[in-house]
Amino acid sequence: MNINPYIIEFLQVAVVIGLAPAFVGWIRMLKCWFQGRTTAGLFQPYRDLRKLFSKEIVLAHNASWIFRFTPYLLFGTAVLAGAIIPILSIDLPLAATADVIVLIALFAIARFFLALAGMDIGTAFGGMGSSREMMIASLAEPAMLMAIFTVSLANKSTSLAEIVQVINSGQMMLRPSLAFAFIAFILITLAETGRIPVDNPATHLELTMIHEAMILEYSGRHLALVEWASMMKLYLFVSLAIAVFTPWGIAVKGSLAGLPAAIGFMIAKLGIAGLIIVLIETGLAKMRIFRVPDFLGVAFLMATLGMLSFFILD
Amino acid sequence: MDISLETAARITSFIAALVLITSFAMLAQKRIYGLIHLFAWQGLFLALNTAVVGYIADKHHLFISSLLTLGLKVFLLPYILYVLIKRLNIRKDVETIVNMPTTMLIGIGLVIFSYHLTAPVRELSTLMTRSTLTIALATVMIGLLMMITRRNAVTQIIGFLAMENGLFFTATSATYGMPLVVELGVALDVLIAAFIFGIFFFHISTTFDSLDVGQMARLKEDEMNE
Repeated sequence: MNINPYIIEFLQVAVVIGLAPAFVGWIRMLKCWFQGRTTAGLFQPYRDLRKLFSKEIVLAHNASWIFRFTPYLLFGTAVLAGAIIPILSIDLPLAATADVIVLIALFAIARFFLALAGMDIGTAFGGMGSSREMMIASLAEPAMLMAIFTVSLANKSTSLAEIVQVINSGQMMLRPSLAFAFIAFILITLAETGRIPVDNPATHLELTMIHEAMILEYSGRHLALVEWASMMKLYLFVSLAIAVFTPWGIAVKGSLAGLPAAIGFMIAKLGIAGLIIVLIETGLAKMRIFRVPDFLGVAFLMATLGMLSFFILD
Repeated sequence: MDISLETAARITSFIAALVLITSFAMLAQKRIYGLIHLFAWQGLFLALNTAVVGYIADKHHLFISSLLTLGLKVFLLPYILYVLIKRLNIRKDVETIVNMPTTMLIGIGLVIFSYHLTAPVRELSTLMTRSTLTIALATVMIGLLMMITRRNAVTQIIGFLAMENGLFFTATSATYGMPLVVELGVALDVLIAAFIFGIFFFHISTTFDSLDVGQMARLKEDEMNE
C-alpha cells in the first residue's frame, strides 16, 4: 500500500520540529548520568521553550530589522533543511529541489544572519561571538564541502536522495574514502553545532562562549526561536550523517509499511548518536580558540584524504 | 575460508587507508610517547596487511615476515625507543621546524605526487595490491618529511623507521614481498640500527646536553671556544 509522498514530507518536518528538543534533552540526560547528577528529564527543553515563548521581548533601542528578522530566518532555514534531508523516507518531493550543496548554503545563510544579528546591537560580546563564529565557519565549511564531495564522488551524484539510495542498496561496504569522510563529518558536526571541543553549549562564561555570545541580547519569543533553531541544527546534522553514512532502515519509495520501522530505526540511531556525542564531550575538554584551526585542519585533512583515497583505492 | 580477489582487494585497501591515517597522525602528533604508540599501530597494520596478502597470494614466507614485523615493529622497537627516552630523560613534546597545518598540506601534496609517480606501475601491474602501491610510496615520503621537519634526534629516528615501514609496504604491494632472505636481512639491519642509534643518542646527549640536532651545527672548534 502506498502513501502520498507529500504526507511523508509533512510528517518528517513535524518530526524534525517536534523531536529536536527531545534529542537535546536526551543528550543532556546522558550527560547528567555520566557526571553523576540528577537529570531534568527528557522534556526539559520543551518546558524551557514554553517559558521563553510566554515571556515578553526586550529589544535594544538601536536594534534594526536584522535583529528582529533573524530568529524567524533561522527557524525557517532549519525547517526547510529538515524538509530536504531524507530522514524518514527517500521519496521526498522537496528533496528534488535542492541538492547537498544548496543544503550547506542554507546553513551558511542562517549563520550569516546570526553573525549580523550578533553585531547589530553593538555590544562587545555580540561582536566577539560573531567574529569567532565566522572564523570557525570559514574553516569548517571547506572541510564540510570536501567531505560531502567525497561522498558525492563515490555515489556519482550530489542529490541527497540518490546518495542515500545508492548507499542503502549496500554497494558501498568497506570503502576507505567513505570512512575518511565519516571521520571528517563527525569533527565538522562537533564544530558546526557548537559541541564541546570547540564550543560549550552550557556555558555563559565570557571568555569561552561563541554561540551564546551572539544570542546574548535575545529574549522572549526571539530567544525561543533561536534556541529551537539551534536544537534543530544539531538534529539535522546528526540526521545528515545518519542519512549519508548509515541509512539502513529508511523507508523507500512511499511505502506505508516501511514508515513505522523507519521511525523506530531513526530513534534508535539518534539514541546511539547522542551517546557518541556525550562520550566525546565527557572525554574531552574544551580547547583554546586558537587550537580550533588545528582541529578543523584535521577535519579538512581527513576529508581530503577521503577524496584522494577514492581515486587511489576505489 | 575462501574469499574472492575482489573482497581481498577491498580489505587490503582498507588496511592501506589505516596505514595512511597513522602516517598523518604521526605528522600531527605533538607528544613523543604518542608518536611511539602510533608507530606501533602502523607496524600492526603492516603485519596485518602482509598476512592478508600472504594468504591471498599463497606465499607462505609472507607469514614469517608478518610475524617478524609484529614482533620487531610493534613490540621490540617501540620498547627500545621507550627505554631510550626514559633513560636519556629528554623533553616529552615534539619540536617541529614547520608548523603543523603546513606540514599536513605538504603531506597531502606528497600523496598526490606519489599517485602520479605510481600511475605507470599501476597500469602495468596485475597484482590485486597494485592500488595500495600509491599509499606505500606516500608512507615512505611522509616518513622522509617527518625526518626533515623534526628538530629532535629521536623523532627523526621514528621518521626513519616509518620510512622503512613504507619501503616494506611498497615491497609487499608491488611484488608480493621480497625473498625471505632479504626480509630477514632488513629486519636484522633495522634492529642493529636501533641499537646503534641508542648508542649515538647517548653520546650526543652527553656531549651536547640535548638531542636537538640544531646543536650539532656547533661542532667546529672555534665556535665551541666562544
